[in-house]
Amino acid sequence: MPEQSTPILSVKNMSVQFPTLSGVVNAVKNVSFDVGREKVGIIGESGSGKSTTGRAIMRLQPSNACVVADEIRFEDVDLQTASEADMRAIRGRRISMILQDPKYSLNPVMTVGEQIAETVILHERLGKKAARERTLAMLERVNIRDPQRVFNLYPHEVSGGMGQRIMISMMLISSPSLIIADEPTSALDVTVRQQVLSILDDLIKERNIGLVFISHDLNLVKSFCDRVIIMYAGRIVETLEAAKLDEATHPYTRGLLEALPSLDHPRDRLEVLKRQASWAEA
Amino acid sequence: MSIISVKDLAIGLGSGSDYRQVVKSVTFDVEAGEIFGLVGESGCGKSTVLGALAGRIKAWNGQIQIDGEAVGAARSRSQLAKQQMVFQDPFGSLHPRHTIGRTLLEPLEIHGLDQKQERVEQVLRDVGLPPAFRNRFPHQLSGGQRQRVAIARALILKPRILLLDEPTSALDVSIQAEILNLLKDLREREKLTYILVSHDMAVIAHMCNRVAVMQDGVFVEVAGRASLLDGAVQNAYTRTLLEGSRGYRSARP
Repeated sequence: MPEQSTPILSVKNMSVQFPTLSGVVNAVKNVSFDVGREKVGIIGESGSGKSTTGRAIMRLQPSNACVVADEIRFEDVDLQTASEADMRAIRGRRISMILQDPKYSLNPVMTVGEQIAETVILHERLGKKAARERTLAMLERVNIRDPQRVFNLYPHEVSGGMGQRIMISMMLISSPSLIIADEPTSALDVTVRQQVLSILDDLIKERNIGLVFISHDLNLVKSFCDRVIIMYAGRIVETLEAAKLDEATHPYTRGLLEALPSLDHPRDRLEVLKRQASWAEA
Repeated sequence: MSIISVKDLAIGLGSGSDYRQVVKSVTFDVEAGEIFGLVGESGCGKSTVLGALAGRIKAWNGQIQIDGEAVGAARSRSQLAKQQMVFQDPFGSLHPRHTIGRTLLEPLEIHGLDQKQERVEQVLRDVGLPPAFRNRFPHQLSGGQRQRVAIARALILKPRILLLDEPTSALDVSIQAEILNLLKDLREREKLTYILVSHDMAVIAHMCNRVAVMQDGVFVEVAGRASLLDGAVQNAYTRTLLEGSRGYRSARP
């Protein structure tokens, strides 16, 4: 349900460039979009700039990257001019990020509970005891049955699905108003994926916050998000309501839909995407 | 006549306290020219079954017959050439410092075949790559091109069976379509039989005549293509997998 009120995040004409030995690579070119209290999906193939977009918003791009934009506004903050200290206060507290694989993105030498509690200890200056209680409540909220036990586990001792639920609880414990999820369920099995997504879905609804959901899975974005942004070669080629993804008009989006094997519309041969140079231009 | 016949196949991996019965007891037949799917979640044993058929995993119990011949732990060269594997990740399955030509020559040298250069050129053409690609290194190819090379390497020994272990999971949708189309064409042209392992029911339904749904080392159901498309499957787990490939279903009304 996209709301018409002021968006949480507003990006205008953002470009990201990487200088390399063989010239400048334009990973993201002039993208503009708003995110309100809704679930916005960003779809694209590998190298389309979808993850780079997510990272540029958090200012987590590599130091050699160059981000230019007319505006990157998050609530009352101008993310382009905010100091590094301001950014540290924002990351994890007001914008948080869920990454693809909990195996690599959780700290392997800290217990799960300590890492979750760290967020509120740092950002909200809670005492250890209060932080522990908040953590246990949060773990319970993501359907972890035995939070006392899980609190003391190390990341290698939990399954992929539980790891991702731990990551979600870590990202939501300090009540951010925007979550950027970069392929949060790509490393999970189907049955676990459904469970993790429904927890995420409930929390987003319950707290009335915004979600940027970066994915390559068309079916998933169509069924999970409210709106979809389709990226190709660093540009946004089309933005539409997720439920109307099948009615997309841009030839690239159409090409992707037709290349996808489908249970509902079986066909003998899949269409092969014929790329056109014009899609990569404005 | 079935080209692959598997009876009571059981496979345990590891030793001592790490020992685990990965495949408990599976029995199935695959007809010549058929595409037989294996679907299931990570750790259910689907790749292990493929490994035993390929001859990579030698410690198995039960009976395997390939092309009318019973095979054991030790196989002859000609028995090994009959089935070839294609792996999931084309970035990890090609030697990074060998040219494509050298990668393709290796199976020919092992099996002592003649007319090597001609065979390499022919197989590259078969998978839709220009013969000049033999001089390239894997990092000079895209993901889809690398997967074509992996298929070429499997085809160069003129196998009867291809064992495909998630051949398109690491690829983008548009590239996946190219590879799936190529696999369909090759099967017709070369009269091949496939066993296709995947976790994506849509891919399975697109490619396979029949699919075995695996959970915890056993087949919970063997379903035909039509029943996948109609949703007329028997097992609840099969249904969950089918729903999963359709995307997210909100629990709320």
